[in-house]
Amino acid sequence: MKRLDLLRSPAVASLLRSRWPTLAISLLALAGFVLAIVAGLAGTPVGSRNFGIIAVWIAWWAALILIAVPLLGRGWCSICPLPLPGAWLQRGGVFAPSARRRGLGLRWPRRLRNLWTQNIGFAILAVLSTAILTQPSVSAMVLLGLMAAAVGVSLVFERRAFCSYVCPVGGFIGLYSQVAPLEIRVRDASVCAGHSEKTCYFGSQHGEGCPWQVFPAGLNRNSACGMCFECLRTCPHDNIALRLRPFGSDLPRPAGRRLDEAYKGLLMLASALAYSAVLLGPWGAIKTAAFRVGTPEWAIFAGAFLAAAFIGLPGAFALHVVAGRALGGLRRGLRETVAEFAQALIPLGLAGWAAFSLSFVLSNLSYLWAVLSDPFGAGWNLIGTAAGAWTPYLGGALPALQTGILVCGLAWAASLARRIAARLVGGGTLGGRRRAVALASPVVSFALGVTVLQLWLLIG
Amino acid sequence: MKAELLARLLAVAGIVVPLAGVGVVLAPRLSSGGEAIEIHARVAEEGGWQPSELVVAAGAPIRLRLTSDDVVHGFAVGQSDIQAVEILPGQYTELTVTFDRPGRYAYYCTRWCGAGHWRMRGTIEVVGGELPSTAPQEPLYVALGLDIDAPHLAPEAPGRRPSSVAGAALGVEPPAEMTGRGYYESHTPVQAIESLRAEASLSWMDDQEMWDLVALLWRRNTTAETLETGRELFAQNCAACHGEAGGGDGVMAGSLLTLADGPSATEAPQPADFTSLRSMLGASPALLQGKILRGGMGTGMPYFGPILTEAQIWSLVDYLWTFTMEYEE
Repeated sequence: MKRLDLLRSPAVASLLRSRWPTLAISLLALAGFVLAIVAGLAGTPVGSRNFGIIAVWIAWWAALILIAVPLLGRGWCSICPLPLPGAWLQRGGVFAPSARRRGLGLRWPRRLRNLWTQNIGFAILAVLSTAILTQPSVSAMVLLGLMAAAVGVSLVFERRAFCSYVCPVGGFIGLYSQVAPLEIRVRDASVCAGHSEKTCYFGSQHGEGCPWQVFPAGLNRNSACGMCFECLRTCPHDNIALRLRPFGSDLPRPAGRRLDEAYKGLLMLASALAYSAVLLGPWGAIKTAAFRVGTPEWAIFAGAFLAAAFIGLPGAFALHVVAGRALGGLRRGLRETVAEFAQALIPLGLAGWAAFSLSFVLSNLSYLWAVLSDPFGAGWNLIGTAAGAWTPYLGGALPALQTGILVCGLAWAASLARRIAARLVGGGTLGGRRRAVALASPVVSFALGVTVLQLWLLIG
Repeated sequence: MKAELLARLLAVAGIVVPLAGVGVVLAPRLSSGGEAIEIHARVAEEGGWQPSELVVAAGAPIRLRLTSDDVVHGFAVGQSDIQAVEILPGQYTELTVTFDRPGRYAYYCTRWCGAGHWRMRGTIEVVGGELPSTAPQEPLYVALGLDIDAPHLAPEAPGRRPSSVAGAALGVEPPAEMTGRGYYESHTPVQAIESLRAEASLSWMDDQEMWDLVALLWRRNTTAETLETGRELFAQNCAACHGEAGGGDGVMAGSLLTLADGPSATEAPQPADFTSLRSMLGASPALLQGKILRGGMGTGMPYFGPILTEAQIWSLVDYLWTFTMEYEE
């Protein structure tokens, strides 16, 4: 299928080549980020009336999980305020790189060039999430901590090591960015092969080398590209394309899948289920345990969550893959097969997160109008909406919406599992197709089980 | 270079503008003056009222800005006609009050905000102005020298609740010295029945009939309006622990066990059961007044002395007997 290259439009190319639009949006995001921290630390401790909670964990989260990631992939990363101060210090300029660079510029350790740091970081945030999502001061401290970590990493390591290897949010954005209908690729790889300077990677007077440490000619999926468009500025051959493509184009490809990515998918899936149970479920004891950080009951909750996320769910998934391997007669390593089929969990997990997010976003979004008018909960009424009553939106349609999203996610995961299975067994013949179905069936049943469980948690 | 300078200015603005909000928020809190007094409400376990002590001048209007840092609370000032207001989380309720007379007033939460709800108390010291010309009267239980912590179980109890209706149907008039409010307030039903038994003219009555006559005596010392006032006060202040039907089994009754002070916290008694005939028939209205005024030492029973007026407390006392005696059909 021919993919539309948006950069063929001079207007779009000019817009993206300029640093101003991105800078302007990221500075707005930075102002909102600082306001969220300040409101969290100095404003009301009531989460529903504090900009720091509502703007970040309701508005931003909704925009990210429901719109930005599915449609723009890592688009958020290009304007994320978290790494900005560190990046400015590192490259010696706010607008563009300069000669006055700061920091040690070390290479990120080879052993840590994977998603494990992000997986662990996300798991830590996940077990603290009930406190983070409801207590403005805790939320502010976490945001400050993340920014401090980003500055620290930027001053020690080269480029955007924090975004690529540390940021717990960046990890899952990268994972799910593979479903987005937008990709940055090179138009002609042979042009890159013949370009000895590799300015897209090493930089030039027009811009810095890829902050995400990606060589665009080798880019075959979205997860590693931060969409900063530095390559567009530094490529002297106008060889960068921004293409519209079918959703999920990255997913069925074999790309030597590693287990860290499989675990990322399983961790995200487990988190969506756990959050649905803890934050939306009727079990007060679990909610209380999750909230009382540091107490023995919280330790039990955290232990159970981590065990489920790192052992229970991956173990169950591996057993289904083993069953599929036996049914389909596949002679391939378990680790590799698990990593391959874990791709099918990406649409499933994204659907799970979207369905879960809809619940609390639609029920809490009306608080946004109040906190925009009174960000600190200090009794202000800047735009006249401070006294707005809490109003859940689309309450009647919510179950149908969630069911639709989850069913779509399941159908997508099932289709993906079948395609992956067909590729693994060579499904061109009738026998091959049968083997592929047998190989994929247990994975599909796993996806079905997860979907039914989440449906029950959300609307059952 | 110009672009870099402009970008830096914008970056500084992006950081400074939100930070300026802090100054605006904190400035009123840091200034010693200020027009309004800001009071934050938190559940008792998190500190209760902040501040919990105010000093104001008599006769001067005071503007209060009330907000809750957690759940819905209420604000009221005891022994005053200031209208109670609701305090919503993260929102401000403004209230202007004036205290004409000097003294110490209690402000308290009017919503069952948590297990320690009754501990949410603050004091307002009103200084200046004219002192009241009359000294406060000592409570009846003090004047009578009652030990309100002593056991007061009745040595006997009737087979059923004494009934004022059945008492009235007897067509008997009790002795005149037993019919006044003064007698009612200072005597227990057990003392009353002993006096009735000593009356030779009533010797034909059996025990249950005498208990019914006591119920009639008790009923005649209150009115339907007083009982209605007592019912409302009970629902607002007592039912959560003592139960709607006065059985000592309110929704908060269990949590009081862990709230009582001292090493015997887990052994703190359950709230009083007003349907227990043996317990209530051995208590006088004065004793009940004392318990409400002073609270129960070592139990979860709060002190309502600074909160309720004397008339309100007596209304409440009168109402408590409706759990023990049948007043209406």
